[in-house]
Amino acid sequence: MYTQMEFLACTASHILEDKKTVMVGTGLPMIAAMLAQKTHAPNLTMIFEAGGVGPLPPVLPVSVGESRTFYKALQAGSMHSVMSNGQAGLIDYGFIGGAQIDVYGNLNSTVIGNWKNPKIRFPGSGGANDIGSWAWRTVIIMKQNKRKFVKELDFLTTPGYLTGPKAREKAGLPYGTGPYRVITQLAVYGFDDETKKMKLVSLHPGVTIDEIKENSSFDILIPEKIETTKEPTEKEIEILHKLDPQGIFLRK
Amino acid sequence: MEILKEGKGELVGWHDPDENREWILKNKSREMKDKRMNAKEAVRKFVKNGSLLANGGFGHIRVPMCLLYEIIRQKKRDLTLAAKTAVHDADILIAAGCVNKIEVAYAFGHELRGLSPASRRKVESGQCKVLAEISNGGYQWRFLAAMMGIPFVPCRVMAGTDTFEKSSAMLAKDPWSGKPIVLLPACYPDVALIHVHRCDKYGNAQIDGIKIEDVELACAARRVLITTEEIIDNEEIRKNPDKTVIPYYLVDAVIEERYGSHPCEMPFMYYFDEEHIGEWLRLSKTEEGVKEYLEEYVYGVEDFKEYLELVGGRKKMKYLKEVESYKKLAEYPWSER
Repeated sequence: MYTQMEFLACTASHILEDKKTVMVGTGLPMIAAMLAQKTHAPNLTMIFEAGGVGPLPPVLPVSVGESRTFYKALQAGSMHSVMSNGQAGLIDYGFIGGAQIDVYGNLNSTVIGNWKNPKIRFPGSGGANDIGSWAWRTVIIMKQNKRKFVKELDFLTTPGYLTGPKAREKAGLPYGTGPYRVITQLAVYGFDDETKKMKLVSLHPGVTIDEIKENSSFDILIPEKIETTKEPTEKEIEILHKLDPQGIFLRK
Repeated sequence: MEILKEGKGELVGWHDPDENREWILKNKSREMKDKRMNAKEAVRKFVKNGSLLANGGFGHIRVPMCLLYEIIRQKKRDLTLAAKTAVHDADILIAAGCVNKIEVAYAFGHELRGLSPASRRKVESGQCKVLAEISNGGYQWRFLAAMMGIPFVPCRVMAGTDTFEKSSAMLAKDPWSGKPIVLLPACYPDVALIHVHRCDKYGNAQIDGIKIEDVELACAARRVLITTEEIIDNEEIRKNPDKTVIPYYLVDAVIEERYGSHPCEMPFMYYFDEEHIGEWLRLSKTEEGVKEYLEEYVYGVEDFKEYLELVGGRKKMKYLKEVESYKKLAEYPWSER
């Protein structure tokens, strides 16, 4: 048996490959990356936006700048060093989230309502716009419902495929980058090669096509062959519990 | 260079590079002199109403809290905050009414701990005005441009987004590749507050662990106030010059304040005081709660040392050291939500 958070952590972990670099935030992305290191990707290097490179934290960090993000690390660098590495093409994966997403994977984490007089003010870009600009493969983890999967964002904080094919390159963003996967509580999505619109990759066990449609304000492309998201193994759940013995992240 | 697009955000902290050189020539002493003073004096002397303020550290890490409390105590007003990953600093300064304008890379949140009730109330009611948006990487490169003494730095983030539209950046045609490139204007804060592990009385400062963007910030800001866990002899600095990240000629004041980052973390020394941060997050849900917090922990005490006694004194600091060094597990009251 597993909880939804544990399932999401495993799903995110499965996306990451061995011998690659990943810029992670705290919480789920961090646990997912550490789980990958302990299973199929022992040579995956975690990089943190405040400067930590390749730490071996004995306890999970709660902030992307705290000392656990450079405990027994390969480097305690700076924001300039790691952001430059990313911009130059050295960071493969990046995890981000958001309050709203559109069909092209553009994200809003700035405001709901008008920018000048916001109804709800969120923290803003943080490192999300940076990661979404230059990571070879951006992975988005967020909750899915009609208010979050929107036709039009209130504010475009972080670039997905902007307005469609070639739009990123035209805008000045690094070539060959963009959102790769979107993980929600219902399914895993990718983006169609031709249109750059969001496309279903796999449904989580027990979830139907109708459910994902009901929980999106835009049309999601449905492929001919529909996969089911792989379930966590017992061993993975065991590792997760060891990574977060207090249940700080997984309990939520 | 052909300009393709201009961000509509307000340009904060920019100076013509020659004007800034001139200012440095006239105002920045290169004499290696004793710059020690206490927090009261430093804030009185260098933090002026209406200044553009930037704080070192990141989120709840290595934050010059001892000076921030003093800014609140001295009731500084109309400050603009360079919110480069500002978390607890932004929240408490906005809540206390010291900061009413902000350029945002990250603010109004406490990372995993949740959103900031107090500063969100202020920004959603129009009492704190957002002047411009930017990304974390972008803000840090604004300081880099200032550090280099050049008017802007090109980068490849923010293009195509509303973050760019509401920033003070421009999009230009790169004369070499012919591709669009974002130009970030230099940012020279009026005053930067940076907490370090150790420095000498002249301001030669050493930081252990990640530097975040504090080196760039220290070079960019016109006035730099260093708060330090300890002041050490100049000979000690000279034994490990590779550790020195901020040389004395950038520094205007040196304030020795043990545990000066509390309730934030000081890497390798003491961990977040989650109990205290939790108390702030709980109380700051209401305006009355903010008042209660400030009365008790800021206005109600004479200085940072009195504050430390109030939050648990030696016993609490011992516990935070044990958590930082993995001898004890941290507890997170906010994770129970």
